[in-house]
Amino acid sequence: MAVDGSLEEMLSAATAAVSGCSSLDELARLQNRHLGKGSQVAEARAELRSVAAEERPAQGALIERTRAAIEEVFRSAREHLEEADRQRRLASDAADLTEILEAAVPSLGRAHLVQRTRDELEDVFVAMGYEVVEGPEVETDWYNFEALNMPPAHPARGMWDTFYLKLGEPNSIMLRTHTSPTQVRVLQRGELPVYAVMPGRCYRRDTPDARHLPVFHQIEGLVVDEGISFADLAGTIEEFTGAYFGEGIHSRLRPSYFPFTEPSAEFEVNCTICRGAGCRTCSHTGWVELGGCGMVHPAVLEAVDVDPERFTGFAFGFGIDRCAQMRHEIADMRVLVENDYRFMRQL
Amino acid sequence: MRVPLSWLRDFVTVESDPAELAEVLSGLGLVVEGLERVGEGLDAVVVARVLDVFAIPGADKIARVVVDAGGEEVQVVCGASNFFAGDHVPLAKVGAVLPGGFEIGKRRMRGVESSGMLCSARELGLSEDHRGIMVLDSATVPGEALADALGIVRDFVFDIAVEANRPDALSIYGVARDVAAKLGLPLGDPLALAETVAGDPAAGAPGRAECAGGLAEVVLSSGETVRVEVREEDRDLCGRFTATVVTGVRVGPSPPWIARRLTMAGMRPINNVVDASNYVMLELGQPTHPYDLALLRGRSIIVRAARPGEKLKTLDGVEREMAVRSVGPGDDRRDCLICDGDDIPIGIAGIMGGQSTEILPSTTEILLEAAHFLPMAVARTSKRLGLRSEASVRFERGCDPEGIERAVTRICRLVGGHAGDGEGGRVQAHLDVSVPRELPRRITLRTERVARVLGTDLPIERSREILTAIGFRCPGDTAEPDLVVEVPSFRPDVVSEIDLIEEVARHVGYSVIARRTLRPSRAGGLSPYQRDRRRVRSVMVACGAFEAWSQAMIDPDDAVAAGCRNPLVGLENPLGAGESALRPSLLPGLLGAAAGNIARRENDVRLFELGTVFPFPDAERLQAAQAGRGRVAGSVSQPGVDAGAGTGHGEGPAATVLDEREILGAVFAVGESSMQVAIRAVVDLCDGLGLERLDIRQELEGGYSGGRAEADVVIRTAGDSSSSAAGRHSRGAGHDAVMPVAPAGRFSYDALSVSRRGALVAQSADGPAREGEVIAGVVGEVDSKVLAHFGIPDALPAVRRVAWMAVDLAILFGETRRVGTLARPLSRFPSADADLSFELPAHVTASQVAAVLRGTGAELVDQVRLIDAYRGGGSPALRSVTFRLRFSSLEGTLTDGQLAEIRAACIGAVESTLGARLRGGSQ
Repeated sequence: MAVDGSLEEMLSAATAAVSGCSSLDELARLQNRHLGKGSQVAEARAELRSVAAEERPAQGALIERTRAAIEEVFRSAREHLEEADRQRRLASDAADLTEILEAAVPSLGRAHLVQRTRDELEDVFVAMGYEVVEGPEVETDWYNFEALNMPPAHPARGMWDTFYLKLGEPNSIMLRTHTSPTQVRVLQRGELPVYAVMPGRCYRRDTPDARHLPVFHQIEGLVVDEGISFADLAGTIEEFTGAYFGEGIHSRLRPSYFPFTEPSAEFEVNCTICRGAGCRTCSHTGWVELGGCGMVHPAVLEAVDVDPERFTGFAFGFGIDRCAQMRHEIADMRVLVENDYRFMRQL
Repeated sequence: MRVPLSWLRDFVTVESDPAELAEVLSGLGLVVEGLERVGEGLDAVVVARVLDVFAIPGADKIARVVVDAGGEEVQVVCGASNFFAGDHVPLAKVGAVLPGGFEIGKRRMRGVESSGMLCSARELGLSEDHRGIMVLDSATVPGEALADALGIVRDFVFDIAVEANRPDALSIYGVARDVAAKLGLPLGDPLALAETVAGDPAAGAPGRAECAGGLAEVVLSSGETVRVEVREEDRDLCGRFTATVVTGVRVGPSPPWIARRLTMAGMRPINNVVDASNYVMLELGQPTHPYDLALLRGRSIIVRAARPGEKLKTLDGVEREMAVRSVGPGDDRRDCLICDGDDIPIGIAGIMGGQSTEILPSTTEILLEAAHFLPMAVARTSKRLGLRSEASVRFERGCDPEGIERAVTRICRLVGGHAGDGEGGRVQAHLDVSVPRELPRRITLRTERVARVLGTDLPIERSREILTAIGFRCPGDTAEPDLVVEVPSFRPDVVSEIDLIEEVARHVGYSVIARRTLRPSRAGGLSPYQRDRRRVRSVMVACGAFEAWSQAMIDPDDAVAAGCRNPLVGLENPLGAGESALRPSLLPGLLGAAAGNIARRENDVRLFELGTVFPFPDAERLQAAQAGRGRVAGSVSQPGVDAGAGTGHGEGPAATVLDEREILGAVFAVGESSMQVAIRAVVDLCDGLGLERLDIRQELEGGYSGGRAEADVVIRTAGDSSSSAAGRHSRGAGHDAVMPVAPAGRFSYDALSVSRRGALVAQSADGPAREGEVIAGVVGEVDSKVLAHFGIPDALPAVRRVAWMAVDLAILFGETRRVGTLARPLSRFPSADADLSFELPAHVTASQVAAVLRGTGAELVDQVRLIDAYRGGGSPALRSVTFRLRFSSLEGTLTDGQLAEIRAACIGAVESTLGARLRGGSQ
């Protein structure tokens, strides 16, 4: 049928015209030519009136299908052109994200490295069921020494070089040399049992060098309850070691001496650099000394009116700065107090 | 304590490898800090006699030397020329490996074969002498191993850290006792070691005087009288004093083995008499002191306490002043002196002898002092003089009063054996002045208690075995469940049951004791204060600030420069004048830290610190802290620091020496916008913590007059009332204390520019306005003079404005109202904005306007925001502010009529209460 043939031609003519089109404006013009007034499709529809009535529906449907097909050709072409246009715009808007990255000024500061170490340690102990207690940095002789089983002139007092203050009787008021006076204060609350860690700043009259600062931070633990034994102490140290330093790092205790604990021990942990295999950091022993611990001396409990026959306990303590130094391999501790942006931005 | 293995083996026949032995020692609490090898590298080094020296043609620096190496002639080439035919020299044979790893091989030089090397002392690691070949004593035998010829024994030295509670381990013998017990080996007797016997003072001295009074006298064979007196009133300082007179002494060098052992143990050999005294101190732990009897005036010794200011020149050549300053509470300043017959000091008891009676080459008669001094007195004197010696360390910790005879006998034997050409000295007399000895201490060791402390069941037999092996006696019935233990006199540190338990635990081995996982019955946690403090840190970090750790000990000048006018807490013994006071404020430290970074050309410096400041205490507080010995309830925390999770025990005065305050301080040096950053931080701090915003209260009355206006606000400053009764969260103490802004020294308010500073005022949780107000901190710009003091030049653009903020955490957390925690419903209807501009009188602040606007608009106001501020010239200065208000209602869309009504109400309120005027008439 002639009409059929020309309809097919109209479709292929439109398809051919569209395939060569590269702009949306041209596409609109072409669409008008192929579908608008005076287009062949419009003419075919006008001619429909002259078609015999019984053929008219079939013929009409045919024309409509053709028209729809041509419209589809244009719709799809427009979609393609629009997408191509968008892609071009995007391409021209490309950015080197690292330019932004490199230009960015840091907007966040940082907590002090030692403070972050302290927070981590606190968190470990809080998870183990401890409260965190703090005490004053200026103490009396009684809290810093005497209540800790060091009567005046006790030889063990020589273990700490003390900064004394010009207050009261000579050498009676001092900057605390350890966090242990806080133990005494915790026990003075008279609330038992006690499961507490006591972090804080301490002072010793050492000339600053790579491994010593006259001002440093300690964290101390104290447990006093009924039935607490050395086995609990050893187990607690081991649990802490695993929780803080990670799986595979273990602890061991060796006899030592502190006036306020007995039996006393040093506790060592596997060197975190070589994980116990032996390296320079640990002098090839696989162990690094971390701190001291022991069973609370009955004299300390008696000093704060706790019955040592009914209650027993343990205490442990170690340097927070030393922990940070170990973990970050800081060669010279003095950098921790220099507040140098170049260091603070690093870690 | 340096322990040579050979010396240890005099008493216990340990066969184990030195490294293993080091582990055993460490496991006993005698921690080995170093293990040195002595005399390595001398294998295949022998004594050789030089037979002849021949020149090598064409070589003037080296020679051909033929030596007799013990029946075998050896030819070597040698570069030194300090020896001659007939001299005995050390020869390192082919194959020898010298100290340092240098291996000797067969070589050929200038066509001459060299089969070994003649060595200098340095090449053998024996001394630093490298001037020539070591020339040996002619008594040595060619072919003999050099080590044997010189008496060098290959040895190991353990460097042991002895803890303060182990006086017994400050001796080779004491260490041997522990090792023997641990390894199950027998312990030898020091007096069984064979030496020439010069006389045994304990047994058969010709003259002998013992006395339980205060005085002993002996007449020597020469007819002279020797006398010892311990002054009655000072007998507490010296529990026992013995003097042994040895005559016929010839002073000379010690035999090599003594000199060698002393050297290995870290002491310098001096002469046979002094060395014997030192040797026995190291071996048995008993310090003694020999005097030249001929130089001892009156041949008498008087032991007494020093008179204040008395002087003495000690053996080290230093003049010492006695009894002059207290070294701690309870110090009665009684230094114990040894004096001669004229009562002139000749030694400091237990610490160091004087120069006047020291042993000289000419000495022939000695008086050997062996005494027991009060440990505490020796400790104090040593500390007072800043003088420590091997003797003082031992006396301080407690020597064995019963070990004196053994030590004296041993010394006499050593001196007798080596002092005088085989003839030896003779013990002439022994004098002993002592207070009655105490009976051995007895302590009951309960089996049940051992188990309870150690958490491990230990048969009583095991405890008995261990204690017996280390010198304790367990005289009781073996069937009893508990042990009665008798403490030996060399363990003065063991005074209670727990000491015995430690001894048992140490020998059982800590690693053997079981471990148990402990589960507290309560939940752990941070206190509300500690949680808030962590949030403060996060907020500051989000403000771009780095946390600093500045010095707590500062230069007093810096404190003054930082505007702190109150007295400072000074240090008695600072490391230097620049660190001689405790900081009253964080400002000096933080400005110093900022200055360093600015000097390194950082142009955006933001530093904060959370640190303690130390206000000077009043007398009452100080007295309470000292006298009370802290036996006060609720004194756990420093004021402001929460006592800990959920304790709530704040009642009762805090028995702390100072009212320490924890302060947040921050310095911002970011150029023109420093103040904006600081104020932003204040706002973020409150918002981040869920607190109502702090008011900034300035001295605005009468405009920016430059002087301090006292009267804008008169408010209390919590905690500045320094009475010890000012508890941390207590509301009672501070309420009636009414103070102006200025006393807030801990905030360094006076270091801030007078025209750009303000107090941060918190509205207390309860109480009416004004009276319930409290200063939580300050914010402002640091005065340029202050900046200059801290080395921050204000010419730099980065520091043209440096802002400072300081907040007292306890007040911030405890005295500031929390923002309500209940959610407010939101309007579902459109909101409407209105902008209002006001002209302000000089003393009215923008915040005051905002507060009135918020109050007037009430629940219809969503937002009140300052969108413009203008300051013109003229006097009084023209100021205007523009606020944008956003209104909405829960009931419905606000009608024009309603809006006009609210707006008019807002304008009316601002105009009437603040004296401001709406700009642009009635819009």
